[in-house]
Amino acid sequence: MAATQKEPVTGAGPLNGILTWVDERFPLIENWRAHLSRYYAPKNFNFWYFMGGLAMLVLALQIVTGIFLTMNYKPDANLAFASVEYIMREVSFGWLVRYMHSTGASAFFVVVYLHMFRALLYGSHRKPRELLWVIGVVIYLTLMAEAFFGYLLPWGQMSFWGAQVIVNLFSTIPFIGPDLSEWIRGDYVVSDATLNRFFAFHVIAIPLVLLGLVAAHILALHEVGSNNPDGIEIKNNKDPKTGIPLDGIPFHPYYTVKDAFGATVFLFIFAIVVFFAPEVGGYFLEYNNFIPADPLKTPLHIAPVWYFTPFYSVLRAVPPMFDSQFPGVALFGAATMILFLLPWLDRSPVKSIRYRGPIYKRWLAAFVVVFLLLGYLGTEPTNVWGQFGPWLGEVERATVVARICTVIYFSFFILMPWYSRMDKVLAEPERVTS
Amino acid sequence: MSNPKGKTNEMDGGRRSLLAVTVTAGGVASVATALPFAATMLPSDRAKALGAPVEADIGSMAPGEMQILEWRGKPVWIVRRTKEMLEGIKKSDANVADPNSRVPQQPEYAKNEFRSIKDEFAVLVGVCTHLGCSPQMKTSDAQAEMGANWGGGFYCPCHGSKFDFAGRVYKGVPAPTNLEVPPYTYLSDSKILIGDDKKGA
Repeated sequence: MAATQKEPVTGAGPLNGILTWVDERFPLIENWRAHLSRYYAPKNFNFWYFMGGLAMLVLALQIVTGIFLTMNYKPDANLAFASVEYIMREVSFGWLVRYMHSTGASAFFVVVYLHMFRALLYGSHRKPRELLWVIGVVIYLTLMAEAFFGYLLPWGQMSFWGAQVIVNLFSTIPFIGPDLSEWIRGDYVVSDATLNRFFAFHVIAIPLVLLGLVAAHILALHEVGSNNPDGIEIKNNKDPKTGIPLDGIPFHPYYTVKDAFGATVFLFIFAIVVFFAPEVGGYFLEYNNFIPADPLKTPLHIAPVWYFTPFYSVLRAVPPMFDSQFPGVALFGAATMILFLLPWLDRSPVKSIRYRGPIYKRWLAAFVVVFLLLGYLGTEPTNVWGQFGPWLGEVERATVVARICTVIYFSFFILMPWYSRMDKVLAEPERVTS
Repeated sequence: MSNPKGKTNEMDGGRRSLLAVTVTAGGVASVATALPFAATMLPSDRAKALGAPVEADIGSMAPGEMQILEWRGKPVWIVRRTKEMLEGIKKSDANVADPNSRVPQQPEYAKNEFRSIKDEFAVLVGVCTHLGCSPQMKTSDAQAEMGANWGGGFYCPCHGSKFDFAGRVYKGVPAPTNLEVPPYTYLSDSKILIGDDKKGA
């Protein structure tokens, strides 16, 4: 006898029987409909709406390549560097798996940054999607932790000194700092103990958290429904008979096909990087990391990988205050934490950039410019642009620029409640356009 | 749902308190269980042993003498500075990049003119802050080789970085910061403990 009484599955040809059997014992059709065939997404998605799906693709890619890397990698300070070289030179196609993983790390941040920027363009973080955004920011922070832990594993010079610098940031926290950083390292310096635990975090702890958060992100999205480039709610215009949004189309097959196309183009570019320029001029794989970690030799210039550099610039821009580096570290943390507040800082009556006035557009443009500029400066030493002359106290030009950028970065958020409200907006349309 | 008293929709206060107590006890147990896991991340006994503080006997050091010890795998220098060496430090104020030790390369108690607890004894990590070579001691007699502004100190043979007898880096050399002063404390007038500055360690 069947477990529950449901309509038999139809339309799956020879699989009808087995799917009916499964559906009686598992909410198969219910979930298929809720998340795919009867999840109605706005029909006007554009380029920016590829990024969420691509982020999931890269996550899958990282998990699969990561599993195969662990088969040959050794999380031991004496063996780690050589085991990575072994993967690169002696394991069949090991170089491919490793380059996919290292390129995937950067690709992850590329699509996530574009995904987040999409929210700034179309107001995807606004009511009722605040929690969706908050979960997304947690994913972003978790991803940063994942990348940071992973970066130590090759045990190159930049791995070692990057970890040294970042862990030392914690030691600037008043009172508990030194003990906290010792607890993180498991030693007085970054050592074998640190490498071993970072491996544990990188391959099991953080990925598990990440998967759970991604599931929560998608569930939250499907609860409130997707935003769209017009920033209006398609749920406000439903077919009176069917209750289906008039501007909505089923995610499957319409957007699964669109996303498959996007994935193809993405993988095309991804493959070009993997095969022809996996180091990307020292930005994806830093040159110093081809030298084994040496605790006695500090590299001349320590820079994190590009996706951390905007925040690293903020850290460096703040001079020590009260003989402590902590203000810089605090601002560095605040630069990421402030993202959480975004849904409540934005007071514009409209969501999408299409109907916003010139003030928000200019602020957003300025924000993009300073974020990129901070990112660039973070990859370079602070003397990259030389110094101002003696009339300006011979301060480094790049430091001054980084300070100005830091002020603009925070102003974008802190002043948003005012400028977003006073902006002159256009009337939103009733229905989605184009 | 009905409760034993046959009333509906009324909270059973006794059971609710029991529930609260149970949940609280369970929470305490969970935290207590988490502690050993957190404790596994502390430096292990082996790491502690390898990073243990090192004792140095300075009672028999002659003025101008230097001794080198190993602490956490790094060379630590102790130099008994002569009057002349201390004078040299004062004179090099204008030639060093960070005369007031603003970069935190030393414990608070060594953030002073001679970067030490007692003026006479310098305690420094003997690793060049440039690329980790170990610099050599050169007294002020080496002016011919080191230049006229040389007041004595340390010279790194790898890339030519210069430091004075307080470990302060000269301007215009590759090393970016002063030499590190490790945490240390005087156990007695003739004994220094390197690596620990808490009294009675």
